[in-house]
Amino acid sequence: MKKVRIGAAQGFYGDSIEAAVATAAKGNVQYLCFDALAELTMAILVKDKRKNEQAGFTKDLPMQMKALLPFVKEKGIKLLTNGGGINPLGAQQEILKVAREMGMSGLKVAVVTGDNVLDRIPEFLEKGYSLNHLETGEGIEAVKDRLEFANAYIGAKPIVEALRAGADIVVTGRTTDTAQFLAPLIYEYGWKEDEWDRLASGIFMGHLLECSAQSTGGNFSGNWQDIEGFDRMGYPIAEVSENGDFTISKVEEQGGLVTVDTVKEQMLYEIHDPSSYITPDVIVDLTSVHLENSGLNQVKVTGVRGKPQTDTLKVVMGYENGFAAQVVVGFAWPDALQKAKKVDEIIRTQLERYRWNYEEVRTDYLGYNSLSGPLAFEPEQELNEVYLRMAVKAKTKQEAARFSRLFPPLALNGPPSMSGFTGNSSPRALLGMWSTLIPRDEVENHVKVEVQEV
Amino acid sequence: MAIVKLKDIAQTRSGDKGNMVNIGVFAPNPAIYQIFIEKLSAARVKEHFIGLVEGEVARYELPNILALNFVCKEALEGGGSASLRLDNLGKCFGANMMRLELEVDDSLLAELRK
Repeated sequence: MKKVRIGAAQGFYGDSIEAAVATAAKGNVQYLCFDALAELTMAILVKDKRKNEQAGFTKDLPMQMKALLPFVKEKGIKLLTNGGGINPLGAQQEILKVAREMGMSGLKVAVVTGDNVLDRIPEFLEKGYSLNHLETGEGIEAVKDRLEFANAYIGAKPIVEALRAGADIVVTGRTTDTAQFLAPLIYEYGWKEDEWDRLASGIFMGHLLECSAQSTGGNFSGNWQDIEGFDRMGYPIAEVSENGDFTISKVEEQGGLVTVDTVKEQMLYEIHDPSSYITPDVIVDLTSVHLENSGLNQVKVTGVRGKPQTDTLKVVMGYENGFAAQVVVGFAWPDALQKAKKVDEIIRTQLERYRWNYEEVRTDYLGYNSLSGPLAFEPEQELNEVYLRMAVKAKTKQEAARFSRLFPPLALNGPPSMSGFTGNSSPRALLGMWSTLIPRDEVENHVKVEVQEV
Repeated sequence: MAIVKLKDIAQTRSGDKGNMVNIGVFAPNPAIYQIFIEKLSAARVKEHFIGLVEGEVARYELPNILALNFVCKEALEGGGSASLRLDNLGKCFGANMMRLELEVDDSLLAELRK
């Protein structure tokens, strides 16, 4: 019986390529799929492109291609990635260039465009789409002149079209991460557009694979001490049947653990209503999913249900929202926490006296409450050391930058044993996110697939 | 009866979407899941996260995998790329959930330790 084997290659922009190479070499997969784009990634790529017109795709793309193209050539493995980011056409050219430099020929590289709707926002507003914020219902007027990017989340359809055109590599902009994983199944099994349960199964498989080792023992909240091989984690591999049921595993020699306990944590990761996980391809219902340990490092997944896709698509936009600066400085025992709190008080008094009116001033104590805030336990013993971290939000970069100057003098002027000053890092731009919905056709009618061969 | 932290009886994982954080809480067996259903209400979780979560908390049940999913609104002071928080992507909400205390029957705890 036919089986399709798909490997996870990347969980985020900046992920290691080691596991993908191991899966290509030993995982017996036909497809390697990449999740390259988070909400934040688009903002980074916009900045890259502003500095250099040729940039705007994920910079690790050439490295990934160098590592994996030999497997594409030898084993016929296909690579699907949304690493095209804000410049998918540039990404396609980059991939072709790497292939040529490696002396390859006969490779087809497809590109999907049409997700970038930044220039179409005025048109959408003119047509009467509100573009109100999905979470808060606010109107877009306040931010529409500050938009840095706007991309619609596109589903698997154009990726399938690219595969049908014979593509070995498909690079896209903001197609969903899960679409990379569903597309090969539609292509291989000819699943119809209304086979909702199967499509949902493919999307859920993608959901379990898209964050790389997060389903194979990474970030595991159970007995994490029992996970072996954190230094060489294996990324998940799915073997999918025609009816959509699938089994998750990994390359045996790689580290990690695949059990119901590791997989189920990823099942709800970034999911809201589990009976309605909305994607462009299908609405996924997880409430009857069954997970079963079916062998060593093997979990069988059945029972995924699907509901018809919505007639809208999500658009995520980013808008400029000021600058942040932070300072981190340490204090030694005795009275470490007390000293850090005193310096917080000193800085806030100075800000008031100098009338530096920041939009927000935030204080955390590293080693005490920086990741738990008001939930932190009172220390049972006096802490050996505490780092004070203060951060501010400002309208301009200059205002943000001057904040750190307040600290060095306190090494001599303030409470004793202040040390471990980590230096001035330059302020970072803050970005507001604006999610909204627009009619599906408005985007899909503009989606294009183009193939070039090297 | 004993008072235990969720750390001792549950797995958790959290993630962000915009200014929201979701937290999956996973029970090791049906009896503990039943305790979660009864005692781990959305209101209880909202109270636990006072100071970190400003908005509403919704709870979803998944008896098929013995899990609850909590969706917390206005949880990141603007969302990952706009927040001054160090845990700006809400990765530690799962760990912070593990601090929550519940009353559990001693026999159930004994069974877990086996």
